[in-house]
Amino acid sequence: MSETKGITRQQMADRVALEFQDGWIVNLGVGIPTMCSNTDIGDRDITYHSENGVIGYGAVAEPGQEDLNLVNAGGQNVTLKPGAAVVHHSDSFAVIRGGHIDVTVMGAYQVAMNGDFANWKLKGQKGGGIGGAMDLAACAKRVFIILEHVTRSNHPRLVEACDLPVTARGVVTLVATNYGLFEPTGDGFLLREIAPGLTVDEIRATTGGKLTVVDGLKTMRMVG
Amino acid sequence: MTQKSKELGSFRDAVADIPDGSTIGFGGFAMPGVPFNLIKALLEQGARRLTLVGNTTGGAQQPRMPDMGMLVENGQVAKVICAFTAATRPTDTLPFTKYYESGEVDAELVPQGTLAERMRAAGAGIPAFYTPTAVGTELAEGRETRLIHGREYLLEYALPLDYAFIRARTADTVGNLRFHRAQRNFNPVMATAARCTIVEVDEPILPAGSIDPDDVHTAGIFVHRLVQVPPEPEGMWPTRRQERRR
Repeated sequence: MSETKGITRQQMADRVALEFQDGWIVNLGVGIPTMCSNTDIGDRDITYHSENGVIGYGAVAEPGQEDLNLVNAGGQNVTLKPGAAVVHHSDSFAVIRGGHIDVTVMGAYQVAMNGDFANWKLKGQKGGGIGGAMDLAACAKRVFIILEHVTRSNHPRLVEACDLPVTARGVVTLVATNYGLFEPTGDGFLLREIAPGLTVDEIRATTGGKLTVVDGLKTMRMVG
Repeated sequence: MTQKSKELGSFRDAVADIPDGSTIGFGGFAMPGVPFNLIKALLEQGARRLTLVGNTTGGAQQPRMPDMGMLVENGQVAKVICAFTAATRPTDTLPFTKYYESGEVDAELVPQGTLAERMRAAGAGIPAFYTPTAVGTELAEGRETRLIHGREYLLEYALPLDYAFIRARTADTVGNLRFHRAQRNFNPVMATAARCTIVEVDEPILPAGSIDPDDVHTAGIFVHRLVQVPPEPEGMWPTRRQERRR
């Protein structure tokens, strides 16, 4: 990962985790989203669901304490919280497809201003890696995305329209990047919070569509 | 009259009669529940023109354990039905990807929940179903959709298997199974979808009646062959993954 402006990957995950409400059932995708379970969000009661059927997992297991038959969606050895349950894959996706997930947090290559997003196939690629992303994107109550604000060649990832094949259409409601916290608005993006060290002009220059800025723009909320 | 035990003495015996052209489901998600020993036996058995069904073809991470991709590399595979023909992370490479991109091996890319449900449907006598998953994407292009209560759904067909290869923690001689933690994943679903389910079992096979009926995860009627996994190094067990680069 090249060094980028703004906040760190863990801070991006932290900011999204602050949106989780007491009692939510949360599904975290591989990569940065899994870091949301590291975030201390006080005494809010969150149940983490993993697509492989683990409901109610907790922190990553300490070295030497791993159960090699217990993993999250990213294949990391995790621990279980009291009250955890394990179901098989069809039941796990019944949880997802049945609308029982309050939010899914995923990584993406692109998010469009109409809420489309793309995260399974690169340009010119034959096939791709879908995993559970299309089921989650189509069926979770909310879809939050965490991604680097620009590509390595400094192109926007928040775009007017996805030019990569989409994972689902019109579903994204919140986006955290290393530059700030955004909402797709249909004709652009609303900047809700800005990362330390960034300016609105810098963000406008690297964001597709019309950038609107929330009244009384504040610096991105941090944990602790 | 006592029921005949489904236990066999070796993985080689368990896969010996698998013919060319079979459709085989491979359980497991990441390390848990993957039938490493049955895959190894099938590599040695050599059946060809196979259709493989599973979450991923594997091989993106180290150490590499027996996976569907090795059957591809061994020239045994015509087609793969899975949720990943490429790795989740663009920086990772699946050994399978180049066989697919060159056209040497065919693939059908299926969202993971749809993959599980297609096998569940096959095992439950449901020929097809509608799902909201993948509507509006490239995967739905040219395919049948239907508006139900104002929402668009995609038609998906059941996916029956000739064989399922799965792994469980505990089994009795009639094939009742229990899984440990995330070992369960696709495995009970594949067992219902297959004409012949072959299970590698962590623990010694127990006499019938040793598992309380209330505690059975997969009923023995869905299971046909059992082989106990020997200790390492003869048997293959889940290992710790090497730390990933960030």
